[in-house]
Amino acid sequence: MLVRRGEHFARRCEGEEAKTWGANPYFAAQLGIFCLQEPSFGISNDLSRAGALCSSSERSRASPMTTRTLTPAFRLSEVDNPSSLLARFGAEDPLRLDCGVDLSPFQIAYQTYGQLDSRKANAVLVCHALTADQHLANPHPVTGAQGWWTTMVGPGRPIDTNRFFVICTNVLGACMGTTGPASTNPETGKPWGLDFPMVTIRDMVRAQAKLIDRLGIESLFCVLGGSMGGMQVLQWAASYPERVFCALPIATAAKHSAQNIAFHEVGRQAVMADPDWRKGRYIEAGTRPSKGLGVARMAAHITYLSEKALHRKFGRNLQDRDAPTFSFDADFQVESYLRHQGMSFVERFDANSYLYVTRAMDYFDLAADYGGVLARAFQGSATRFCVVSFTSDWLFPTPDSRATVHALNAAGGSVSFVEIATDRGHDAFLLDVPELFATTGGFIDAAARARGLPAAASERMPNDASRERASERAEEAPAISATRVGSRR
Amino acid sequence: MAVLALPEISPTRVDLLTVAEMVEPGSRVLDVGCGDGALLKLLSERRGVDGRGIELSQAGVNECVAKGLHVIQGDADTDLVAYPDDVFDYVILSQTLQATFAPRTVLEHMLRIGRRAIVSFPNFGHWRIRTHLTFRGRMPVTETLAHAWYDTPNIHFCTIRDFVGLVELVNARVERAVALDQAGHPVRVNAPWWFWNIFGQQAVFLLRRG
Repeated sequence: MLVRRGEHFARRCEGEEAKTWGANPYFAAQLGIFCLQEPSFGISNDLSRAGALCSSSERSRASPMTTRTLTPAFRLSEVDNPSSLLARFGAEDPLRLDCGVDLSPFQIAYQTYGQLDSRKANAVLVCHALTADQHLANPHPVTGAQGWWTTMVGPGRPIDTNRFFVICTNVLGACMGTTGPASTNPETGKPWGLDFPMVTIRDMVRAQAKLIDRLGIESLFCVLGGSMGGMQVLQWAASYPERVFCALPIATAAKHSAQNIAFHEVGRQAVMADPDWRKGRYIEAGTRPSKGLGVARMAAHITYLSEKALHRKFGRNLQDRDAPTFSFDADFQVESYLRHQGMSFVERFDANSYLYVTRAMDYFDLAADYGGVLARAFQGSATRFCVVSFTSDWLFPTPDSRATVHALNAAGGSVSFVEIATDRGHDAFLLDVPELFATTGGFIDAAARARGLPAAASERMPNDASRERASERAEEAPAISATRVGSRR
Repeated sequence: MAVLALPEISPTRVDLLTVAEMVEPGSRVLDVGCGDGALLKLLSERRGVDGRGIELSQAGVNECVAKGLHVIQGDADTDLVAYPDDVFDYVILSQTLQATFAPRTVLEHMLRIGRRAIVSFPNFGHWRIRTHLTFRGRMPVTETLAHAWYDTPNIHFCTIRDFVGLVELVNARVERAVALDQAGHPVRVNAPWWFWNIFGQQAVFLLRRG
């Protein structure tokens, strides 16, 4: 029923709009909420009730594989025993963190798609953004939503799983199976909480490198990612230049700006101001700082869009009513949308993880590790770079990408740079943006030729018709990983 | 920067072949205003150069990247300043000088970034342009200058003699110069400047710091 309403809404949306927003599984799931004939939810009212509503809508979209009950307990079970491949690193193999702590033991949860070739030369590492996870091309085990990057990764897609072995790890400090503040501290048997050591982007990359070592992969064909994922890409290229054949940092920066740190601080303070946060020990207390985390997500979500996109999508349209109610109800569609963003987020994300991972981004300043000169981070690098930015991205605006490009030029690196014209803001990297796929596809194919990897079986998507065929094929993508998702380690 | 849409080397862009001949095989080249990458592709295939490009138009950059060329989206007027000294053997500006805001600054940057600079440009002193202007009294629209005055990206036209003047002003030396006629053939090699200035439709200069 809910699904049908969601589809009805998508049909009601006009033309391109519906396709493009609907193309992204997260957005598609989120749009469904507008069709619920429920009264609008007061954020101060009962987030968990509203959250349950969202989750039922998301569940109904889920593949048959994920029909589990969406409970906090189930989400928490993903923390220590994820529905993913898992690499455990014992006491003999600690992770030395930038803050000086040796983290041990720790674990990395990851997903893979495609086959590693005999030379182990076709491995692609996808680095995920702030609140995404390793489930980039399979249904999410908690929400049941489709993978977050099926537009980019899958059979016949620019990152073609018929040609490449794609790896995506949950980052250090996150909450989908890699060790983070929600994980159990082996010394106390309780969740780490704020006792978890502070992690950095470089720590995340160090952890990933340990996994790549364990997989026996000497050099990655490509490392790519957007936003915080792009920061990891830059860190990979700087820390392990000989292990990265080509790098694709999208909508990112070599340092986090003051404005972005400011937004993150607002989010963290919202979490900490929630009485249910309990100084970070909410798991033991049996509470959840859902209101605080929800507000943090709402604020952050605004920064992922653009004024134009918000106006185009919502304008001043009212939500399921003909006139304002003269109350603090979500009268406007944009309010309802943001509240839903907040509510659905708290269902799948850990509040302390949000604190840690945002902090890691804040601390990121690649040049600082190289005497303040970014070019030195890439000196002598043979990695081929393709830097991508979006015109309407005000979180990581084009000048941030240009700074990276200039540094690469100064270091004599091989670099391409495209600024893609779109009004969809920072989130454009997750959406169906043909220019992004054309650029990525061209860059990846040329790099594959240079590395002596086999060419694509068929020419990639020259027109819309074949793109549709490709997206049909992409529907099959989860089948590859479904077996892996089921097998816990 | 001019947006050059070239399917392959078109007859009006024979200057690209002349430019390619001036580049030593295996050198490092920056092509400023590289359009769809026709010259970079030519250079990498025929001269084995390690080529980079700058192009203003997104469509051009996408085409280049799809061809496997290393091209960044940027503007000759604003982005050359970010390049360090002496990182390229050649910096090429083909049919783009007249579209820059500050041709002198661009040329100076080229000579700083590269050991040599190669510049090709349409000669506004060509006899057809002169007669067009003299007898019709209107801004000429020709094969190589195909835009009306109000929508042309070409804002700084010069003649061959004007360009030689700029070369002297920035203390550069002409290592080689070729004037091409309408058919793309070199105009008589040992002719004086005034002769080239009348009969050359395009000119290609190989420069180095003086």
